[in-house]
Amino acid sequence: MAPKTSPEIGGMGHSVKRKEDPRFLRGLGNYVDDVNLPGMLYLDIVRSPYAHATIKNIDISKAMAIPGVLAVITGKDLEKYNLHWMPTLMSDTQMVLPVDKVMYQAQEVAAVLATDRYIAADGVEAVEIDYDPLPVVVDPKKALLPDAPILRTDKKDKKDNHIWHWEWGNREATDQLFSEAEVTVKEDIYIPRIHVASIETCGCVASFDKVRGKLTVWMTTQAPHAIRTVFALVAGHVGLSEEKIQIISPDIGGGFGGKVPVYPGYVIAVAASVLTGKPVKWIEDRMENLQADSFARDYHITAELAGKKDGTLTALRIKTLADHGYTDAAANPSKFPAGLFHVCTGSYDLKAAHVEVDGVYTNKPPGGIAYRCSFRVTEAVHTIERMADLMAHEIGMDAAELRMKNFIKPEQFPYKSALDWEYDSGDYGAALQLAMDRVGYNELKKEQAEKRARGELMGIGISSFTEIVGAGPSKHFDILGLKMFDSAEIRVHPTGKVIARFGTKSQGQGHETTYAQIVAEELGFPVDSVLVEEGDTDTAPYGLGTYASRSTPVAGAACAIACRKIKDKARKIAAYLLEAHEDDLEWEPGKFYVKGSPDRAKTIQEISLAAYTNHPPGMEAGLEAVNYYDPPNLTYPFGSYICVVDIDKGTGEIKIRRFVAVDDCGNIINPMIVEGQIHGGLTMGLGPALYEEIQYDESGNILQGSFMNYLLPTAVETPNWETDKTCTPSPHHPLGAKGVGESATVGAPAAIVNAVVDALWHLGVRHIDIPITSAKVWKLLRDAGVRG
Amino acid sequence: MAKVPIKVTVNGEEHGSDVEPRLLLVHFLRETLRLTGTHIGCDTSHCGACTVVMDGRAVKSCTIFAIQADGRSITTVEGLEQDGKLHPLQDGFFQEHGLQCGFCTPGMLMTGLAFLKTNSDPNDDEIRHAISGNLCRCTGYVNIVKAYQYAAQKMREGGA
Repeated sequence: MAPKTSPEIGGMGHSVKRKEDPRFLRGLGNYVDDVNLPGMLYLDIVRSPYAHATIKNIDISKAMAIPGVLAVITGKDLEKYNLHWMPTLMSDTQMVLPVDKVMYQAQEVAAVLATDRYIAADGVEAVEIDYDPLPVVVDPKKALLPDAPILRTDKKDKKDNHIWHWEWGNREATDQLFSEAEVTVKEDIYIPRIHVASIETCGCVASFDKVRGKLTVWMTTQAPHAIRTVFALVAGHVGLSEEKIQIISPDIGGGFGGKVPVYPGYVIAVAASVLTGKPVKWIEDRMENLQADSFARDYHITAELAGKKDGTLTALRIKTLADHGYTDAAANPSKFPAGLFHVCTGSYDLKAAHVEVDGVYTNKPPGGIAYRCSFRVTEAVHTIERMADLMAHEIGMDAAELRMKNFIKPEQFPYKSALDWEYDSGDYGAALQLAMDRVGYNELKKEQAEKRARGELMGIGISSFTEIVGAGPSKHFDILGLKMFDSAEIRVHPTGKVIARFGTKSQGQGHETTYAQIVAEELGFPVDSVLVEEGDTDTAPYGLGTYASRSTPVAGAACAIACRKIKDKARKIAAYLLEAHEDDLEWEPGKFYVKGSPDRAKTIQEISLAAYTNHPPGMEAGLEAVNYYDPPNLTYPFGSYICVVDIDKGTGEIKIRRFVAVDDCGNIINPMIVEGQIHGGLTMGLGPALYEEIQYDESGNILQGSFMNYLLPTAVETPNWETDKTCTPSPHHPLGAKGVGESATVGAPAAIVNAVVDALWHLGVRHIDIPITSAKVWKLLRDAGVRG
Repeated sequence: MAKVPIKVTVNGEEHGSDVEPRLLLVHFLRETLRLTGTHIGCDTSHCGACTVVMDGRAVKSCTIFAIQADGRSITTVEGLEQDGKLHPLQDGFFQEHGLQCGFCTPGMLMTGLAFLKTNSDPNDDEIRHAISGNLCRCTGYVNIVKAYQYAAQKMREGGA
């Protein structure tokens, strides 16, 4: 799509250089640990070495004897204020600090408040805690056995470790199709616990002004407004009142979903500041971040796919155990405890599907939050893309051909899926064909056949994913009752400059640039004259925040609608100034002119000035608008990825030779930023596919608790991603945009796994759980009698 | 804890200070000197967010005590821009969209500053190995490699 605006205006379609970069490049960003207030105290946290244990005694005397240690806060201290437990975003409950027992290793047990970061750490070492270990449950299957110890003894009526059962779809129709199927495939797929591991950890600076009763918290949050409301609801009884709570989300060093939840450290820091009247800083270290913050995934899936011998897919049946750790602290829309997992029919026109998920408690940290994906969409895509590939290989059909045969066709949109989603638009075949052309699919198939004849291991893997983002319509989407709208507030100043504020919060996505481009697109103000602000709840309009690729679909739409309100008023002002009827005015980016007389024109800057100096009689002065956008539907970005791997027979090492990613996110605001999002998303797909996993031993000890062994991809492992795009606008979004931040993370792992399994299929390999480490491949090769 | 006097030259300016022997260089830079462009990402010297250049070598300032920097010369991200002109590396990251959240960026820039002094005409593979001690969770590295190439070319042409 050619841009409608000039490069000087810089509206949609221009690769405008980022407005946030000049401060980051000079080391002048303002991240939470850069906040430094006079008299600030430091909080550090004592954590449990046990995964499940009774706390017999906490001795703080040695810690309190250290000069500079001011207090040691325990669960019993918070209990006096009824702040020792807090609600999770899924209406479960979570300990802030325990009173009687711990539920996972690295759980917060006490907090040390000191005058200095180092002294606080000394204090943590000096707190002595006497534990009595309890039986540990780390396996969700064992957690459901009748003799399993019951973990949530705080819940009076709880007689097991089962949290909830959720199912969706037509069971009878699905079972019927399975009984009639010519061919079925079935696979157990484990999608392991992983961690977003943003390079900046979590933290906050809480500052309570005792005289004014105002609490200001700088914190690493992707959803500052919702956090403000949660604080007001949880701590209203101790005097915090929402109009006097200011959450400031400063520059954030990556979020990816990990900065949505409320962690105990934030609450303890706030409590410490309220009690002392002094600013209190709490910053996690990396080990705390990996060991205690909300994790993602941990889905034990059993999937079955039914079809005909000609490759026609008919039905999908899924059962899943969702390991939520000791509390359900996910951040899903409240009606959907398994998130949007029921988008698992993917890009295919299935007749019926049925999906069941059971949430389970174990002695692990809480969560079930996203890892750069919209509420369990990665789990859904991984499942259907693995199963489609399995079916293709099972019946001896080319994996691309099977996909082409079963894709929802362009003319079927809007398409009602077997699990009740209404897909907005798509042309899946075009994306896959482009990816095949770009990678040279047919030549690669020939090369693979030749190599296989020589005993060399090469695989080609496809993933044709459909995402579901932009939550969401208020009819179905809320978090703790807060509807999932988002907002924009735009003010045009007399000199033709603009400030635009949003309820979202960028964590690196470049909102300061892209939102400004939307304003430029809609109103013709040069992008340089638009200042975008987010993240300060005292100034920004209320919104649910940035996660689940919702900023462009929801707040971006709010921005466009608010601009259109301003444009309507600008038209009236222009008509007044030009002494013309408003219906006789034409718009071109940056000005209104009288039809047929292009020199009779008023620029948007002239109109801005007139809004304050010469506005029409009877009209309110000023030029500003607010919009709270309630999306009519979700958006459905899609794409096709093709991965080519070569496997070393001697070591099992997987080398990604090529990776072609074709994405379709509808109309694009900034192509440079979109490509950057895809590069990053692909790399966060590569990590879990080959390297990242958090495991626990039977005692509940975490095995990957630092960057020593939780392996993020470096530049050496990361391939030189090849990207391309098709463009199928969303029909219901005001800009035709769909969102893109997470597509690649969602789509990439299946392409990589499919490539590896494709390379090993002839050896009898049918499935490998991620991460596919060299060790796993090496063992499969040895088991198959292959030697290097 | 008894404090030790040190003198460290940071971005061309000498700073004398009395520090605890256990004070990490990164905390000296961030908290004593208030140069907060150098970031902390991991504590185990894997992520490289804290990378600074000490006597010409890229080092991870979370794994060096401030007292080890006594008498040495350090460049941080704040020292890259000269006379209001961005360093070619900074310009490269801007032009090639080599940053997103910006948190790893100072470390990436400082690794580049030392690396391009040892290899003024690197190939992509050499750049990827040079930055393998710096983790980025946002960019997928592709544009960081391009940013290094951009800077290397500018510097060969006499840009810095």
